Amino acid sequence: MHLKQDKKLSIIWFQGLTCNGNTHSFLNLENLEEFLSRFEILYHPSLPSTKDFLAVSKCILECDIFIFEGTYDPLMKRNDINISKILKYYAETSKYIIAVGSCASFGGVFKASAPERNSGLIFNENEKEGPLLKQSEKLINISGCPIHPEWLAYTLRMIAKGKEIEIDDLHRPIELYSNLAHHGCTRNEYFEWKVDTNNFGQKEGCLYYKQGCRAPMTHASCNKILWNEVSSKTRVGTPCFGCTEPDFPRQKLFSTKTNMSIPEDVPIGVPKRSYLTMAGIAKTFHIKRLEGKLIDYKTID
Amino acid sequence: MARITKEERKTNIISAALKLFSEKGFYITTIPDIAAKVGMSVGNFYNYFTSKDILAKELVMYISEYLGKNIREINDKEISTEEKIYEIVSMYFNMANERPEMIEYFLRVYLSNREVFGDGCEGMICVSPFVTEMMMFFNDGVECNELHDQDFFSAFGLFMGYLGGMVFLFGEKILPEPLEWYKKSISQNIFNALKTR
Repeated sequence: MHLKQDKKLSIIWFQGLTCNGNTHSFLNLENLEEFLSRFEILYHPSLPSTKDFLAVSKCILECDIFIFEGTYDPLMKRNDINISKILKYYAETSKYIIAVGSCASFGGVFKASAPERNSGLIFNENEKEGPLLKQSEKLINISGCPIHPEWLAYTLRMIAKGKEIEIDDLHRPIELYSNLAHHGCTRNEYFEWKVDTNNFGQKEGCLYYKQGCRAPMTHASCNKILWNEVSSKTRVGTPCFGCTEPDFPRQKLFSTKTNMSIPEDVPIGVPKRSYLTMAGIAKTFHIKRLEGKLIDYKTID
Repeated sequence: MARITKEERKTNIISAALKLFSEKGFYITTIPDIAAKVGMSVGNFYNYFTSKDILAKELVMYISEYLGKNIREINDKEISTEEKIYEIVSMYFNMANERPEMIEYFLRVYLSNREVFGDGCEGMICVSPFVTEMMMFFNDGVECNELHDQDFFSAFGLFMGYLGGMVFLFGEKILPEPLEWYKKSISQNIFNALKTR
């Protein structure tokens, strides 16, 4: 999956059933203008474009990279043209297809409006199913709700440089999605010693035990490539919702599902028995520094 | 005659120590008592355990691993939670019959002499294999919708406190019937108390 050429690669950004979250998120890319100058934007719903939506919907253009945002609803029409027809045309004629956001990748939030028919482009949650199965080989999923602007920028940069993008089983770039959101979380010491946070927005404590944090079960680089270059959900005291995974959105995002106080889901790849052994022993110890406010702890009494 | 391995000798010490500690108590039992029961010199005993406190902690871990191993075998069976409860109760009561010193030690030494186990054996450290398997049992029971979701320690206390109490009554020779006689009714009571409502 690579392409190298001297001329600017052309992009069409097309939307299905969407809240525009990924469009807006991408506008926050650092040095967006400079970045976009390397591409020719044929059409984007919120950026200066060389073509209009009428031309896009009439399927008379050709682009190198076709970006699709939103859930695929086979009954949806754009400009009175069924989007399945538009999708088919651009999927066949473009060199790359990028599904931006969890809706385009797996169905996401908008799948709920018609769960029996809506899906992502090549996945329906984690089942391989969707309108572009035949074009799977050139499709990259950038899941997230919304995506981090840098995740898409990385993907476009790699394509522009003619570099191969290795992808995982869910067609997501391994470079971005092999990490867990847990990696780089500033609360890791609290996770290790099983110290819970008592509320949202606190600097101290881990959000995994009661507040619903999915970071140890979620492939995402949110704590590695920081949001607005400074932050992440867990850093401000909000649980990770697992928005990059095919089962997003789950129910009860702000509480951890437990069975007799035991977390139903444990970190990926860790057998529950091993986790419980380790957690039980860690809980035995009471680390004074981790039990109070960080700013109140005195190293010298 | 085959020579006794070091591991077998260690097991012999553990068995002898369990019996002596549970019969005479932790403080009255001495290392020379244990060495004599096993038929070894006191000097040689120290090659296996460097102090009485360390031996005491090893004994708790030995019991915990024994219980954990047996409960894990039950947890891994393709049977209902109700049947698992019966099997755990049976295993525990059989152990009380066949190796009473293990439960006696747990109840009369471990739970009654906390000062011995405070350093290096506190909390879950020495009992982890046993408690972890009970966690797995409760987790699986809720996951298959056969047990009511509640606080772990509320359920754990109900289950193990009940069994410990019965074995205590048995040890005090207060029970009018043998332990075997109570297996079914106690299993049923535990299941009724924990089952999904």
